[in-house]
Amino acid sequence: MGLLSKKDTKLITDPLTDNNPITIQVLGICSALAITAELKASLVMGIAVLFVLGVGNVVISLMRNIIPSKIRIIVQLVVVAALVIVVDQVLKAYAFELSKTLSVFIGLIITNCIIMGRFEAFALANGPWRSFLDGIGNALGYAVILIIVGFFRELLGSGTLFGFPVLGDPIEQTGVYASGYENNGFMLMPPMALIIVGLIIWVQRSRNRDLIED
Amino acid sequence: MGLKSNLHSLKEKYSGTKMAPAFNALHTFLYTPNETTHNGSHIRVVDDLKRTMNTVILALVPCLIYGMFNAGYQYHVALGEIVRADGFLGASFWTWDNLVVGIWQVLPLVIVSYGVGLLIEFIFAVIKGHEVEEGYLVTGMLVPLIVPVDIPLWMLAVAVAFGVIIGKEVFGGTGMNILNPALTIRAFLFFAYPTWMSGDKVWVHGAVERSQEIANGANLDAISGETILGSYAQNQAVVYDYWDMFWGLIPGSVGETSKFLIIFGALFLIFTKVGSWRIILSTLLGALAMGLIFNGVIDAGWIGESSKFYGLMSVPFWQHLIIGSILFGAVFMATDPVTASQTNKGKWIYGFLIGFLSIMIRVFNPAYPEGVFLAILLMNVFAPTIDHYVIQGNVKRRMKRLKVKTA
Repeated sequence: MGLLSKKDTKLITDPLTDNNPITIQVLGICSALAITAELKASLVMGIAVLFVLGVGNVVISLMRNIIPSKIRIIVQLVVVAALVIVVDQVLKAYAFELSKTLSVFIGLIITNCIIMGRFEAFALANGPWRSFLDGIGNALGYAVILIIVGFFRELLGSGTLFGFPVLGDPIEQTGVYASGYENNGFMLMPPMALIIVGLIIWVQRSRNRDLIED
Repeated sequence: MGLKSNLHSLKEKYSGTKMAPAFNALHTFLYTPNETTHNGSHIRVVDDLKRTMNTVILALVPCLIYGMFNAGYQYHVALGEIVRADGFLGASFWTWDNLVVGIWQVLPLVIVSYGVGLLIEFIFAVIKGHEVEEGYLVTGMLVPLIVPVDIPLWMLAVAVAFGVIIGKEVFGGTGMNILNPALTIRAFLFFAYPTWMSGDKVWVHGAVERSQEIANGANLDAISGETILGSYAQNQAVVYDYWDMFWGLIPGSVGETSKFLIIFGALFLIFTKVGSWRIILSTLLGALAMGLIFNGVIDAGWIGESSKFYGLMSVPFWQHLIIGSILFGAVFMATDPVTASQTNKGKWIYGFLIGFLSIMIRVFNPAYPEGVFLAILLMNVFAPTIDHYVIQGNVKRRMKRLKVKTA
């Protein structure tokens, strides 16, 4: 363990498993429901949040001693908003189709509770390096859940992964469609994302009973 | 205790004769085990859970048998092989041919429904270490009755698995569920595979395959099996008269077509005190009220004939009760003792809103001509809230009375 101390490693691995922002803290649910119908969108959303949270945590941590505590929320919002606009413009410039799919939800990263939560709970009280790791860890934890949900929703709802028809062509009736299989339209609706997140929470808590709260 | 003691004395009277086993069997079926239920919301019923369930199943059997005949009848009528039956006892309805087709189509639905559902119940019983609950008995019977006859079996299996796990087991199993599991299964099917749950091709056996063959160039007549609600929603003329609707000689989900047999089942449930007459009655009243409002709107001339709502809005209010599955929903779904309101006043409110919303969804959203299941699921969610306010209201009134007395 040359690069990271044990304590620092925990900053990254904890949010991936036992302190996952979505399944344990139940934050950032709105975007997890809204944009996970396609795996690609989930992945890009994950990367966007990774960038915003990683950089944002460092910026806030650097400024932590000069932010007056009365207006800290406003300062945090300014930082997030600036970073989100960068992400939005980059997407519009290099991946216009995708930015149309994600539409308003990139802008809504500003209101993602995970980001404000990490600023408040971690970056305001820790140094830049540790804050950076914490931001990366939490964003990865968020992205992992998004990708799992996106994987199942796209596979079962559209029969594709990243847009590739892995299950065959539903119109030409090839692949599994030849035997009468049909795409599950319910998977494309947000309620199903909620149910999949619920199932992930169920699996996680039944594997690790310490996580069950009364 | 009328029925029970009568049956018991009959059993004594005939003991030792040839008829004894028949009475014994009936007695055992209805009244054994002679225990009351100790947990879940069924604790409110004095009878054993299994007996409650058996009663509902008995009430459903006529609908199932009728559904089998009807599946075959609709198929043969659509092919032009037989003439339309005239009335409930029409000669072309109760035929062997119809039954064979019906059994061939409907029995697999029943088997899949029970097989998958009980398997999951069994797995959960093993994991959780409790005995297998009978909770699935009624659901398993309801499910084949509320799906189109041609639904692919694997879809039904997926939906049953979803309904039992997400609708029931995650909440703690039988008696703990918020939503009616049978309707959860139907809702899943409806949103997951809408092409198999609505339209004019799914209600009559063979219509889908036939339309595909025609699309491939076969020289056949298309089968049109539009339901009455579907026809109204598209402002088309309806070819069935009121008696057809009442007796059930119409296309529709397997068990919901015969209003006559549903009323028969309803009387049985009310007589045995398994189904709540308050919920059934208030649901029908709610439906009539909404129908009257729509008729009023039409009479006032606010909605013209060109409107897409005109067809369904202009249906005479009483007729809403014999088209679609409002009656089936009111009798067998809304009265589910687990998911309905528990207080008497709450039952009136709960039922009334189900009927009211059913007709509203039916008319305003032509994409969901069958609004009954959505309305019941919605009110399932609100049932505990209704009960809460009814109980709080009682508490307040009694507190006031107490204050007046003591003051």
